[in-house]
Amino acid sequence: MSDLRRKKGFKLFLFLLPGLIYVFVFKYLPLWGWAYAFVNYVPGKKLLNCDWVWFKNFKVLFGNPILRKNLFQSLTNTLGMHFISYLFRPLPMLFAIFLNELPGRRFKKVVQTASTLPHFISWVIMYALATSMLSTSGLVNSLMLDWGVIEKPLNILTTDKHVWLTQELLGIWKGLGWSSIVYFAAIAGIDQELYDAAKVDGAGRMARIRYITIPHLMPTFVVLLVMSIGNMLSTGVDQYYVFANAMNQKYITTFDLYVYNLGIADGKISYGVAVGGMKSIIAIILFSIANYISKRVRGQGIA
Amino acid sequence: MNIKYNENGIKKSKKDILFEAILYIIFALIVIICAYPFYYLLISTISDNNLVNLNKITLVPKGIHFTNYIEVFKLDKIKTSAMVSVLKTLIGTATNVLMSAYMAYFFTKEDIWHRKFWYRFTIITMYFSVGMIPNYLNIRMLGLMNTFWVHIIPHAFTVYNMILVKTSMEAIPPSLEESAEIDGAGYLTRFFLIVLPLSKPILATVALFSAVSQWNNVFDTKLYISDSKYYSLQFVLFEYYEQIKSIQQTLDQMGGGEMAGASSTLSVRLTMTAVTMIPIIVVYPFVQKYYMKGIMLGAVKG
Repeated sequence: MSDLRRKKGFKLFLFLLPGLIYVFVFKYLPLWGWAYAFVNYVPGKKLLNCDWVWFKNFKVLFGNPILRKNLFQSLTNTLGMHFISYLFRPLPMLFAIFLNELPGRRFKKVVQTASTLPHFISWVIMYALATSMLSTSGLVNSLMLDWGVIEKPLNILTTDKHVWLTQELLGIWKGLGWSSIVYFAAIAGIDQELYDAAKVDGAGRMARIRYITIPHLMPTFVVLLVMSIGNMLSTGVDQYYVFANAMNQKYITTFDLYVYNLGIADGKISYGVAVGGMKSIIAIILFSIANYISKRVRGQGIA
Repeated sequence: MNIKYNENGIKKSKKDILFEAILYIIFALIVIICAYPFYYLLISTISDNNLVNLNKITLVPKGIHFTNYIEVFKLDKIKTSAMVSVLKTLIGTATNVLMSAYMAYFFTKEDIWHRKFWYRFTIITMYFSVGMIPNYLNIRMLGLMNTFWVHIIPHAFTVYNMILVKTSMEAIPPSLEESAEIDGAGYLTRFFLIVLPLSKPILATVALFSAVSQWNNVFDTKLYISDSKYYSLQFVLFEYYEQIKSIQQTLDQMGGGEMAGASSTLSVRLTMTAVTMIPIIVVYPFVQKYYMKGIMLGAVKG
């Protein structure tokens, strides 16, 4: 019997095998690329024919003044934007709480539909929309000039000022409605009787939000916050790549974008892999910390 | 007399009414900020090009015409890249759904040799990324650079989608499959004829997930493709904006201004954007419904 079961198990495994090979080839195999961090890569040469220089690339990255400056600038940018994002962290939660306070299903639906739409649009198109609205010759500037609100067009997108904040606000424009959905789900899960009991006790609207809704949403808020620590360095490339220009280049280059610029745009594969590899390792550490905190706080990991 | 009541039939206080009025205004503003740019873009593409260039179109289209769309579709680049984008979205979605469902189905079978190990082996890849350049080097080694298949193969399987499908498949009563097994149906027959049809709702969700991400993907083209034959629509649009960016920068540094003779360029640019965006706007109502379901499922699953 157990022999038959083992045979069946192995047969099932064979069905699964092509998929597992796929996972290996596309998710594990790329790891060999990390070896490039330890060689002196010459374009066109095979990895095995390159000279092994071990940690020299890392020494150069930290030793060469320009490379070091760029590396730290990109790190500062990533962390700077991350910390600015903390200021806006409660927004999706507040969005859900207050929208939920309004009577009228239809209005809620319209708000949700409109505010979630940007989430499904690529950053390229968001860039197109942002320029048509906010560039110096864009609609907002032209209307404000016409109305006499301003005398000179405001330069929002092609300037080296407030780059982190601008990018964060663009991120909110794209993501606010979407990030609030998880809070709508959490609110829907709150026991209605709690509110009824509070009303009987004479609790007003604000008191109910403060003592019932917010405490119920806090676990979700904390989990998302902790997860964001784990993903601190992974900003993605799309947004910063499309919004980058000669003026804001210095402040918009996040870690991920720096890896691209260094490794692929400049063709310095070895340096790019070295920086990216360090990032991956730090990300694992951060993720483990986040997971540990989550386990301590709510008795359940995030992974 | 016009008295307003709240949900308990108690008369609304002045404070309540003021509170709600403020909220209505705030949310109305959010709706405008989110939706107006899309509306503006669409009416600009069908309005008189000169009026658009002078920023005279704000609320209603004026001088409606469709020549911009005809002009844009005359561009060879747009024709080819639109074709690539449509094909990659269709083929990519079909592959992804099929493969994610296939893996999900076999992972629901408890008897698999070392199931736990292989499941972890698969799941862990969701939390760990080797990074952009190692992936790039891998794709290059596999010979996928500058092929259409680079749009498809690396995205043929998504762990997250597999988890969603698996969760749903686990809810199918095992008796359905057992009776088919007694009739002599093999695994693949059962997968295609019993389990897949019963998983339609979740497959639709997953299909929309991957269709949206296929359509929106820009950076893959940037990384892996240099032959314009395989450019995606998003990338062509992006390139177009890149070219304008440098011109605009010079103008901004000189204190802002219009691009010389830009009215047709601007309209072409806006219309290209609209063409790239419209498919998403059209499927968006369906997508939204299923995405919400997906995120709830994700939340349940943790």
